Amino acid sequence: MKLVAVSAGLSSPSSTRLLADRLAEATRAGLDGDVEVRVVELRDLAVDIANNMVTGFPSAALREVIDAVTEADGIIAVTPVFTASYSGLFKSFFDVIENTALTGKPVLIAATGGTARHSLVLEHALRPMFAYLRAIVAPTAVYAASEDWGGSGDAITDTLPSRIERAGRDLAGLMSGLSGTAKRGEDEVVPFAEQLAALRKS
Amino acid sequence: MQFGIFTVGDVTPDPTTGREPTENERIKAMTAIALKAEEVGLDVFATGEHHNPPFVPSSPTTMLGWIAAKTEKLILSTSTTLITTNDPVKIAEDFAMLQHLADGRVDLMMGRGNTGPVYPWFGKDIRQGIPLAIENYALLHKLWREDVVDWEGRFRTPLQGFTSTPRPLDGVAPFVWHGSIRSPEIAEQAAYYGDGFFANNIFWPRDHFKRLIDLYRERFAFYGHGTPDQAIVGAGGQFFMRKNSQDAVREFRPYFDNAPVYGHGPSMEEFTRETPLVVGSPQEVIEKTLSYRQTYGDYQRQLFLVDHAGLPLKTVLEQLDLLGEILPTLRAEFAKGRPDTVPDAPTHAALVAKRDADLTDPVSA
Repeated sequence: MKLVAVSAGLSSPSSTRLLADRLAEATRAGLDGDVEVRVVELRDLAVDIANNMVTGFPSAALREVIDAVTEADGIIAVTPVFTASYSGLFKSFFDVIENTALTGKPVLIAATGGTARHSLVLEHALRPMFAYLRAIVAPTAVYAASEDWGGSGDAITDTLPSRIERAGRDLAGLMSGLSGTAKRGEDEVVPFAEQLAALRKS
Repeated sequence: MQFGIFTVGDVTPDPTTGREPTENERIKAMTAIALKAEEVGLDVFATGEHHNPPFVPSSPTTMLGWIAAKTEKLILSTSTTLITTNDPVKIAEDFAMLQHLADGRVDLMMGRGNTGPVYPWFGKDIRQGIPLAIENYALLHKLWREDVVDWEGRFRTPLQGFTSTPRPLDGVAPFVWHGSIRSPEIAEQAAYYGDGFFANNIFWPRDHFKRLIDLYRERFAFYGHGTPDQAIVGAGGQFFMRKNSQDAVREFRPYFDNAPVYGHGPSMEEFTRETPLVVGSPQEVIEKTLSYRQTYGDYQRQLFLVDHAGLPLKTVLEQLDLLGEILPTLRAEFAKGRPDTVPDAPTHAALVAKRDADLTDPVSA
């Protein structure tokens, strides 16, 4: 399977890229068989994307990336939050792709920002954009604020690592054509001693 | 193989002087360019059609009629005639009239236009662009071939017992090309009728146009008009030429950098590498033009865009002189190794001869 992560991070090193890498790894872990992972940095294509806007056609380098994205079995799309939305570079990249090319494509959306106050950008900007493109957007979207990178990573408080893992599982499931596996119905009773033991362990 | 020029008819300031020609100057420049085309031995002059500034040619048959009166051999054509927003009845009549006045030196190219608001300005819906092109052309095709037409369609008021006048010269419709930048539907339409297909070729990389041309050739054969290499293909191209390559680059760069279509985007070097634009010596123009044949196969018509990006008339006329000088080489090179089975672009005389042959030998018709 082919998985392409698109990172619109601008700095180097970039937390957007870091998040893209972690999400790609989590998705790969959820997939059986060979997975070809490619991470694309839009920064390297910034001028090509602007030229495509002006001329109407992509350069050879941009064409190759667009082909990789449109031919992938799944996409991870990660943007920094700029001025209360996705970055212009991120949007411009998807603007120069045919608006039917991502129809039915599993997509995992993610964003990074300085504070958690912008996390709904995922829901009011990225999700509607990919809905317009008729992509299948994974239910879990991952937002990483600066403070999240210092989180404890334990399984109780649902910090960044657990959200990454869940999102990767979501995307892997969509790429494999699986429906959700959560059980419905009866409440599952975990004996109290086990709950106590689990807390002490961590 | 026919060689010619096509013009968009834009009024663009000369970026080196800031001077913008008046509409009158631009219109007169276009006709001067057409006369020069005949003088240097070119075969075709084609004008665009637009209904908004900064473009001037809203009335192509008026302009082409004037040029027809001043020329002897030049084929007068369009690039393109808006089959979507014009009434096909008026196209049938205007171009039949032009055909008579020009003694048959007329063909035309159908297109859908490049400006969204033109549709509502003419009472049409841009979302129906392709259906309009299909239905309107079906009517136009009929009006030129049947003396009395009954018609009912989706987009136009019905016609009962209608005869468009004048009838086409010698009873033979002008040859039609269908121009397209991106739509496979138009390549299919051209193939269905056995009409010509013209690939704009100037703004985008050639592998894009190769796909459209290959599709057209394949469908042309499917509809029984001949083999794929007998399909009638035209291509655009654009150049800026000086005897010395460096002079061409230096002189054209400010025009390129500020051109309405691609200015302020990629560098001239990137653009010439990825598209058919060539800026250089006559030899470089010859080589790039010949390379289209490698990509598209033997074809019938090559049109160059010469009066673009705000170039002054004097420079454009110099470009045409230079084109005239390399024309014998281009003709000789395109003729080399061209199979006898590949037809020329149909002229009026050829279409009349074919019609007469079909009448006397109905079996082969």
